[in-house]
Amino acid sequence: MLWYLVKRIIWMAGTLWVVFTLTWFLMRAVPGGPFDAEKKIPEEIRRNIEARYKLDQPLHVQYLDNLAHVIRLDFGPSFKLLDYPVNRVIAEGFPVSASLGVFAMIFALTLGLTAGVASAIGRRTAYDYGFMALATVGVAVPNFVLASLAIVLFVFYLGWFPAAGWGTLRQIALPAICLGAPFAGYIARLTRTGMLEVLGQDYIRTAYAKGLRHRRVIVRHALRGAILPVVSYLGPAVAAILTGSIVIERIFALPGLGIHFIEAATQRDYTLAMGMVLVYTFLLFVMNTLVDLSYGLIDPRVKLK
Amino acid sequence: MAHVETKPETQAARSDLPPADRYASLLEEARKLHGVSHMQDAWRRLRRNWAAMASLAFLVLMSVAAVLTPLVPLQSPILQDLENRQFLPPNASSRTLQLTSDGETKTLTQLLAEFRQEIERLEQDARTASPEERVKIQEEIDARYAVEHPYQKFWHQPDWLAWRLTDLRIILFGDWCLPSLCGADALGRDLLARLFWGGRVSLVVGVVATLVSLLIGVSYGATAGFLGGWVDDVMMRIVDVLYSVPFLFVVIFLITILTEETIKTEYLEPYGIDQIMIFYVVIGAIYWLTMARVVRGQVISLKNEQFVDAARVIGAGSFRIIFRHLIPNVMGIVIVYLTLTIPAVMLFESFLSFLGLGISPPDVSWGLLVNEGIQVITPIKIYWWLVLFPSLTLTLTLFALNFFGDGLRDALDPKMKNR
Repeated sequence: MLWYLVKRIIWMAGTLWVVFTLTWFLMRAVPGGPFDAEKKIPEEIRRNIEARYKLDQPLHVQYLDNLAHVIRLDFGPSFKLLDYPVNRVIAEGFPVSASLGVFAMIFALTLGLTAGVASAIGRRTAYDYGFMALATVGVAVPNFVLASLAIVLFVFYLGWFPAAGWGTLRQIALPAICLGAPFAGYIARLTRTGMLEVLGQDYIRTAYAKGLRHRRVIVRHALRGAILPVVSYLGPAVAAILTGSIVIERIFALPGLGIHFIEAATQRDYTLAMGMVLVYTFLLFVMNTLVDLSYGLIDPRVKLK
Repeated sequence: MAHVETKPETQAARSDLPPADRYASLLEEARKLHGVSHMQDAWRRLRRNWAAMASLAFLVLMSVAAVLTPLVPLQSPILQDLENRQFLPPNASSRTLQLTSDGETKTLTQLLAEFRQEIERLEQDARTASPEERVKIQEEIDARYAVEHPYQKFWHQPDWLAWRLTDLRIILFGDWCLPSLCGADALGRDLLARLFWGGRVSLVVGVVATLVSLLIGVSYGATAGFLGGWVDDVMMRIVDVLYSVPFLFVVIFLITILTEETIKTEYLEPYGIDQIMIFYVVIGAIYWLTMARVVRGQVISLKNEQFVDAARVIGAGSFRIIFRHLIPNVMGIVIVYLTLTIPAVMLFESFLSFLGLGISPPDVSWGLLVNEGIQVITPIKIYWWLVLFPSLTLTLTLFALNFFGDGLRDALDPKMKNR
């Protein structure tokens, strides 16, 4: 277990270093400095700016210097947002993105598991067909399409939700639902398949035979066996939620990390973009490790190596 | 691969067996049985899956429509009309292809006739002119074709095929074109025409980027699986590292760098690489990971089969064994992944175009159209057709591709054989 964690951390450090090095050299490969696009500035000022961002030193010195800073979790100043360090942008955007992602995940799990269990128990009933049709739609519709249709319908026609803003639960609800819907659909399908498989097994019959109530058999015995595919899906789901949140944040104008990332990319703010890439890589790694660990907790047969 | 083998003749000579005429009837019976190949079996199963077949029909229709778009009597996808047609709701009033400049409205056929007259005049000049002047006039004619030809005003840089098909369309339909059944957008451009032209881009991106990923993934996976040992270890570790990189972010980063003005004009354009091509390669370059893993697994299970030994005995090298003997055998599963990669890639393209990092105007794609629809939503007025129709076409196509891919996977599953 401990050895597994140590190994994961070493892998993560390696991956982050590869990502850092690749993006760093790509950044420097772009001809001209980040300040060339502006109108011509006097030589002294240009030299001052370059000294400020340490652009006047040899390449390997710059690389090592940047690397040392990044290791100390200092991503440096943003190239475009003046007097705004990348760390502050991340610190401000992260809570928004994180809560959006957590709410979306909670929504997806609640709805997906309930719908999956309900349609497995009521197999070949109207519930089953209804839920599964809904799940297929949820999986296939791109989330930005879903979000835009939801805005037209729920915000402007029906007026159930506010159009923008961030903070109250009512404001979080619609973005979180739009972000979570595809995952709810997928989880529902996985749960249904898993449940159907488990419900036919001997230990379920045993549980019924020893007189347990229906509810208890489903929740304590069947669901625990059926949930494994869902848990292993959570890793990719977290990655997809991270990317999906970019679009959702943009459509609903939420002040999260994703919107800064798009801005950094379109404005060519390289330090900011690199900080974001590293943060997302880190998040993805942590989430995947957590998923692997929880897999071992749920199923005692799984041994971590 | 269930070939029914019949070779009783070789045994008919043995005396302890029944006489030959009894074999004749057996042979007759055996002839009636037909071996069913794996592909035929899969096709039979696929045909029974109505959702997959409906999706296939839809996809074929879509591809034909995409290829033949210039032939369809559509309005111009780029011509703007801010005065009369801005945010025009869907309607069925008939339209003609026409262009208004300097207060004068002319139809496309009139413009074409005028253009042809001018070219003829130039050609006449060329016949009487001296050789140097003739070269100059020829250059002018070419320049006019490239800039002033009426097609250039109605369509954005039509390629050779589009040009010919448009010629045919003018012959068939003249200036008549379909009404704005899907309405018009913020600049008064016809949405139906933009949907058709956008579909062309979206489908091409889907198919080409998938082929790029196929090329990389299959060769990478097959090489790793076949060579085995430490080479396999290293190659697969690289795939593992790449898997844990959040690719969307890296791709966005890559695309912003590669589309940087100086890089574009100095390094890429001299080699004829434009933005859409960067797109294909970059997207294809990230979707090969799963393909590589799948192919590697298949190759590992295949490489100890006898036909590989046989190939090696007759002196085939590794390269030949991989590409001539192993890869054809993994094609079934590759095709399945292909049909599931295409919608993923199309979704990714629309996702990037939606964020403003993909296809850039005046080219159109479905993601771009959805984005344009969302951008003009205001609390005061909702132009529902600008959101609904692009969303619907994109979603239906992705639906169909997913259904077809799932159906194909079930059909090609060897466990389902003869069921």
